[in-house]
Amino acid sequence: MTVASKLNLNFNLVEKARKIAEVIVLDTQKFIDNHSTTSNERTVCRLLGIDGIDEFGVPLPNVVVDHIIKTGKISKGVAFYIGNAILQTNLSPQNIAEKISTDQLSITDLPLGELYEIKNILNSIIQRNLDIIRRNKHKREDLINKYGEKTEPLIYLIVATGNIFEDIIQAQAAARQGADVIAVIRSTGQSLLDYVPYGNTTEGFGGTYATQENFRLMRTALDKVSEEEGRYIRLTNYCSGLCMPEIAAMGAFERIDMMLNDALYGILFRDINMQRTIIDQHFSRMINAYAGVIINTGEDNYLTTDDAFEAAHTVLASQFINEQFAKLAGLKEEQMGLGHAFEMDPNLENGFIYELAQAQMAREIFPNAPLKYMPPTKYMTGNVFKGHVQDALFNIITILTNQRIHLLGMLTEAIHTPFMSDRALSIENAKYIFKNMKNLGDEITFKEGGIIQQRSNEVLTKALELLTKIKEEGLFKTIEKGIFAGIKRPIDGGKGLDGVIQKDTDYFNPFLEQMSIELKLGGKK
Amino acid sequence: MGGGLYSTDKKEFDKNLDLTRIKPYGDTMNDGKVQISFTLPIKDGDKAIHAALELAKKMGIEDPSVAYHQSLDEDFTFFIIYGELIHTVNYTQIKTESVKVESMTLEEINHYIKENIKRKLIVIGATTGTDAHTVGIDAIMNMKGFAGHYGLERYEMIETHNLGSQVSNEEFIKRAIELKADVLLVSQTVTQKDIHVRNLTNLVDLLEAEGIREKVILICGGARITNELSKELGYDAGFGSNTYAETVASFFIHEYLRRKKKIK
Repeated sequence: MTVASKLNLNFNLVEKARKIAEVIVLDTQKFIDNHSTTSNERTVCRLLGIDGIDEFGVPLPNVVVDHIIKTGKISKGVAFYIGNAILQTNLSPQNIAEKISTDQLSITDLPLGELYEIKNILNSIIQRNLDIIRRNKHKREDLINKYGEKTEPLIYLIVATGNIFEDIIQAQAAARQGADVIAVIRSTGQSLLDYVPYGNTTEGFGGTYATQENFRLMRTALDKVSEEEGRYIRLTNYCSGLCMPEIAAMGAFERIDMMLNDALYGILFRDINMQRTIIDQHFSRMINAYAGVIINTGEDNYLTTDDAFEAAHTVLASQFINEQFAKLAGLKEEQMGLGHAFEMDPNLENGFIYELAQAQMAREIFPNAPLKYMPPTKYMTGNVFKGHVQDALFNIITILTNQRIHLLGMLTEAIHTPFMSDRALSIENAKYIFKNMKNLGDEITFKEGGIIQQRSNEVLTKALELLTKIKEEGLFKTIEKGIFAGIKRPIDGGKGLDGVIQKDTDYFNPFLEQMSIELKLGGKK
Repeated sequence: MGGGLYSTDKKEFDKNLDLTRIKPYGDTMNDGKVQISFTLPIKDGDKAIHAALELAKKMGIEDPSVAYHQSLDEDFTFFIIYGELIHTVNYTQIKTESVKVESMTLEEINHYIKENIKRKLIVIGATTGTDAHTVGIDAIMNMKGFAGHYGLERYEMIETHNLGSQVSNEEFIKRAIELKADVLLVSQTVTQKDIHVRNLTNLVDLLEAEGIREKVILICGGARITNELSKELGYDAGFGSNTYAETVASFFIHEYLRRKKKIK
């Protein structure tokens, strides 16, 4: 959708910023292309159909990758050894993994076949498993076509009981009340686990573990409500932390529709090693691109950490960078749910006007992106009555500026994870405003040279300055110096560095290769 | 009588304030008016309304009236109820223990440390355990602070180390020893299933095992943290929502000097 500019934005600056972001990202991509990670390799295992756990509860993808690491041969990639093992033993990847887990097989000790034979034997498995993902993508498209796509903002709600079965009750109720997107918040701390838990789970803190079985259970439950309601209910989870690509693969198998998937979030806000995250985000995004998933980026976090007024340009700069990384992973603009938030201090004079300016700015700079707009959280106090009004103001901005993915604010934010009734009240609030003010945005033009036009151009100019600085330093150096969001992260610090793998010359990742061809990215390994 | 919103019933009750028997205030002293809302896991309808009213009476609500009810899902109904609470409490008997500090300003604090402590105080802070929320620790420590109150990083006489979130208690203590911290600030936001209590207790246990509990000033904070709870868990103080850096700093500099005097 093209939007006529209401802000009188200087689109030369937008063009320039985009170009600079591209240079920054291409520079980083060289590093990415030469490396893999343990989580990337585990993802290859999962995509080959390896699932389940050993007798100690360790996921088999971890067992296989750790086994190869022990022999010091991981730099060729797991696909090479699994392919060779199939060639030599005629077993399935799952059987091979099971045999490794019980010490009946050491796949790096097998005689080696020719590379073309290995690739050849893997090919049918790859095609078969990618076909599951392709079918899921088509099924989603078919269902959306059948039910019809909503043109208004998508109402996005969170469930977070810790128990998947309780989550299902909450999610179904929320969907019936009007939610279009359900996000199952992950258990606190899952982002730092270097494996993905297995099976359905009923114990979590502040959220529910992301597991493939939990994905499947929730997908089935929401499909049921979709049919009842005649409306496709989207399911969201989190491709972040130490297992970004694995979660993407699991989501692709279970038809998750949206994934939180930021290129820098883990580095800045979870202290995950920057090399690890940068490599992981690429494969995870490619899987999301392939599966037709809409990614959501996490720029709202800059605003909860920093001052929302003063840090506005860091959001825009990050959106430009996220956009370019996403492009390199084959994501279409329509899959880029770039994030931002309504987080200014309610005491700020004209705060609403500045929020409006920034939301409109994001809309105009990324016209085809389904922008993800996050509600007030930082200045929610426990006064539920005022909180409901804060959320109402937030809802107004969304409908005025046509944000697409609208995470509903809760009047009880800062008190507890939402009650069923909290969600109902919030949905009622949003629906009322979306309907009552539906076309108000079309009726409004902004005063030439007024506060709104000035503010948006000022944020754009500052974002361009920041991007220029990042370009000069390089992305890694920038993060090391704490230029971004005021958070310093050393290149060799943080969690997960030991999972970074330098690729051998004959390394190959057949899924990266195949997806890259189909996504028209040139078929890299 | 109709919906009961504008009750014309005349009720006889003493309209004088009695601090030994206080009750909620709507628009007349001692009218006991309260609003409550909750959801019941039953289908909406007359029977559901009845159940809600019964429950309200059991809570001690006299003449409850369902101002609003709404079906949330097939088998869930939301109620908003108004009524008059029968209970009273004796206000004169209540004792509380919130942190008693006279809050000084940033300048006063810097000056006070210069004059009385004569070196920078070293403060480390973190959100410990699996909790990923940095909003609390950042509000107190970040340069920018919160709601116009600068954070500790802005204080010239305070050396700060904000370790961020998801810091294990072991790591936190290790860094505290390395940095020779005077003050430890622990933030906890996630309180589901009392995970914060377990985590906070564990930290105290570990500090005691290391033999440094008495050497540091240990403070926790978070939206659901009270001073009573914190003391009970072995902390020197606990701060809830809407606490600013200067309040925390005022507390720990006084605590620091109090301990010094005790040693002398």
